[in-house]
Amino acid sequence: MNFNMKRIKAIIKKEFSQIKRDKRTIAIIIMMPIMELLLFGYAASTSVDHIPTAVLDKDMGRESRELVDKLTNSQYFDMDYYADNMDDIEYYIDNGYAKAGIVIPPDFSASLKSGKTAQIQLIVDGTDPTTAQTILSSAGGVVQSMSVEIIQETRGTFVPQSLDLRSRVWYNPDMSSIYFNIPGLMGVILQTVTLMLTSFSIVRERERGTMEQLIVTPITKMELMIGKIIPYVIIGFVDIVLALALSVFWFRVPIAGSITLLLLFSAVFLFGALGVGLIISTVSKSQLQAMQLSMFMIMPNILLSGYMFPREAMPEIIHGISNVLPLTYFIKVLRGIILKGNGFGELYKEFAILVAFGIVFLALATLKFKKKID
Amino acid sequence: MENAIEIRNFTKLFGEFVAVNNVSFDVKKGEVFGFLGPNGSGKTTVIRMILGLLNPTSGSGHILGCDIAQDREKLRSRIGYMSQKFSLYEELTVEENLDFYGGIYCIPNNKLKEKKKEILIMADLKGREKMIVSNLSGGWKQRLALGCSIIHDPEILLLDEPTGGVDPIARRQFWDIIYNLSKQGVTILVTTHYMDEAEHCNSIGFLYYGNILSLDTPNNMKEKIIDGQIVEIKSDKTLKAIELLKKKDYVKDASVYGAGIHAMVEKNTELDDLVLYLNGNDAVVHSIRKVKPTLEDVFVFLVESEKRKNGVIK
Amino acid sequence: MEHDIQTFSLVKKFGDVPAVDNLNINVRKNTIYGLVGPDGAGKTTTMRMLCSLLKPDSGTGKIGGHDIVKDSEEIKKHIGYMPQKFSLYGDLTVIENLEFYSEIYQVPKRESKEKIQFLLEFSNLKNHSYKLADQLSGGMKQKLALSCNLIHTPKYLFLDEPTIGVDPVARRELWKILFDLREQGVTIFVSTPYMDEAERCDEIGLMYSGSIIKNDRPDNIIRDFGKHILCVVSDDSYAAREAALGIASAEDVYLLGEELHVISDNIEIIRRELEQLLKSMNADYTINEITPTLEDVFVNIVKSRTEMTYGKRN
Repeated sequence: MNFNMKRIKAIIKKEFSQIKRDKRTIAIIIMMPIMELLLFGYAASTSVDHIPTAVLDKDMGRESRELVDKLTNSQYFDMDYYADNMDDIEYYIDNGYAKAGIVIPPDFSASLKSGKTAQIQLIVDGTDPTTAQTILSSAGGVVQSMSVEIIQETRGTFVPQSLDLRSRVWYNPDMSSIYFNIPGLMGVILQTVTLMLTSFSIVRERERGTMEQLIVTPITKMELMIGKIIPYVIIGFVDIVLALALSVFWFRVPIAGSITLLLLFSAVFLFGALGVGLIISTVSKSQLQAMQLSMFMIMPNILLSGYMFPREAMPEIIHGISNVLPLTYFIKVLRGIILKGNGFGELYKEFAILVAFGIVFLALATLKFKKKID
Repeated sequence: MENAIEIRNFTKLFGEFVAVNNVSFDVKKGEVFGFLGPNGSGKTTVIRMILGLLNPTSGSGHILGCDIAQDREKLRSRIGYMSQKFSLYEELTVEENLDFYGGIYCIPNNKLKEKKKEILIMADLKGREKMIVSNLSGGWKQRLALGCSIIHDPEILLLDEPTGGVDPIARRQFWDIIYNLSKQGVTILVTTHYMDEAEHCNSIGFLYYGNILSLDTPNNMKEKIIDGQIVEIKSDKTLKAIELLKKKDYVKDASVYGAGIHAMVEKNTELDDLVLYLNGNDAVVHSIRKVKPTLEDVFVFLVESEKRKNGVIK
Repeated sequence: MEHDIQTFSLVKKFGDVPAVDNLNINVRKNTIYGLVGPDGAGKTTTMRMLCSLLKPDSGTGKIGGHDIVKDSEEIKKHIGYMPQKFSLYGDLTVIENLEFYSEIYQVPKRESKEKIQFLLEFSNLKNHSYKLADQLSGGMKQKLALSCNLIHTPKYLFLDEPTIGVDPVARRELWKILFDLREQGVTIFVSTPYMDEAERCDEIGLMYSGSIIKNDRPDNIIRDFGKHILCVVSDDSYAAREAALGIASAEDVYLLGEELHVISDNIEIIRRELEQLLKSMNADYTINEITPTLEDVFVNIVKSRTEMTYGKRN
């Protein structure tokens, strides 16, 4: 197959002229990364404070009051309700007045004074697992100075398994969730933007009828595919730079590793992501179908790539699926470079896998594309 | 005869754009009236204003004596409408479509049964009641759509580009139905961009960029509007002959038409003079005859005189 | 005689339905060939196979000596193909579209500049060079699409229903361009649903249900029709139609606006009977024999064919 640069250039130029005139595409390119970073960056941050809390103090000793004060002073808990018995606690939580309940047993002061470990009971509304976790760890942080053991009890759907309160608190100082989220988010954004744009690029021409005119010309499949990819590689780079700038200058996320290495990996990842987009665009019959297919692709990428949930906790099958998602590796790379300062030496395996993905997807897209209309 | 539709000075602006400009016309009861014009000439906009789907920017209209703007809802049950895109439910059967529209117009069951039978026979759909609409060919779909639009016995029937994409035989079948409706007293207003389709109408209005250029019967248009005679000439040197013809004052226009030439000449021109002239200049004439202008000739003539009037062309 | 475009028993099925059925076409060099027929006849499928957009199920074709199945990439260098639907980039300007295709076809830079200027003048689009294609009128869009297809000076031009919905003035302009191209040596293959447009072609094939039912020069087709048409204009066309339908030798009877057309082998009997009737009604009337149109011929052939297969209707 022979390439003709002139024809590839013609396609690239045409794509950019079209993008330039389409406000919606420009919005996706520029606004989507910014919006997603800001929204997810803040909304997904798991710090919670001023939790409405109900207290049942059966001890009524100096030590128990000290504990309640400490909890209040931490700003995490607002002691809105003082209960007289367990039924009250249940009432406040069941009706949503309180998100947490603290029960201090009658022997609390006595135990502390005698040097034994004192116990308190923490009841958490588990309907929102993220909040529940935060409550648990916040409480853990506060009581850690006192020799108190917390008996957890959660209501609702959330059942914390082996919860190591101390380590939680240790690794989860205020706002740290943003640091952890942002590298993953950058990968998700890059994946979403490029997939959405490329998945339309061919099917749109087919739907508008422009493809029919184009394929009666001597243009080759390869030329068309390359011409279609390059503009979006460039756009992908614009987006990754945008996301990086926002992370560094707005969220103040320090980048531990090399930015050049990060861009190199981004380029490799982009080819694979664009390949998937082109496959979708080639097999879709309409723009609507392409949209649905790309949503179908984007969801597992967000859920399973390790961006939202730790992959280690996934059941085996799901873990297996996450192994064939390029985003899984890219997020690992991003976190490695940004948070841990990994170099190429630690990431060569991911590099090889991402290159392989890129080649396979692009080859598939080119093979799938037919210079026919049926 | 009384007028079923009277439109006065309809104008519609979309922003700055004048879609319909000061259009007035009457349609007599039981008449088949055609709006002829190319895509984008404002036909659909006029139909939509008559239907009350769009409010005219200015102007007024009366249908069956009722004011279009004030009695809109009252008129709905007396008007039938068939749109360009035959608004049928493709995944329903023929009968289900008829039942649906019968339900929409609240036709009592026993009457609907009768009406359905009548429509199925009229539309040549008897025996196809249970067929899924998407499996029907263009002509059948079109007749079913027509059936759905007359299920409530409307007195006025508006058809927007009804015969796009059906074959000539189905088209003739369709027009047979239209003529029968017209005979029963239904007033029919149809839009089309097919010149030859317009020939089916009792009278037509030429619509061009929102303006009515002419309003008359097809035959009157062909006889009265063009100020000249069209002559078909076949010569062995077509292009040369055209050049020669254009030099003569009494030839207003000459152009290639198929294997020959169509020339518009002044009415009293002697054909023999033309033959002598061309033969004498080395463009031998094989045949020459006068031909009747087509509606297209009329349309082109009107558009060009309009442009001349506005100084667009000389 | 030299043939530029040929098909040999071309077949294309969609599922079980043959869209093109054993098609044989021969187009002479340097002529305009018209594929004429209604929607669904198989015109677009034929054209797409010729331009290598669809693979035929069996049979093949040749364009300028190249096989459409084996040498499709070679053919693509020499053809221009204008699909039915506007297929240029609406969000690019007129000149950007031309430049794009000139680069795709690898027209050398200097030549391309000249060619684009020439085409802009040729198609009268010079004043619109920097407009977005979407902002052009229907006629201008078609001229732009044609220009983009001429950028590489193709020898064979395929146009799929190029004048649909275009106003008659623009339609004439487009045809004038086609005639000019024919003079320059281009072989043109055009499809159209308009019977009146077909008369402009040098030779036509009437296509119906995937086959050519008649292939000849338009004037020959009309001349060889062999049947006669009476045109009756009277006060009461409906009564005249009833009467005509009752005459056994009347082969086909249909209304066309104010006119009633009766087709028959022997019109004298019909003329006599109708005269008698109309006189008895004291009606004003005229009865004349008229020249059949291509549509008359088309409908008649198709009707007699379907009647042969299914028996006469009604």
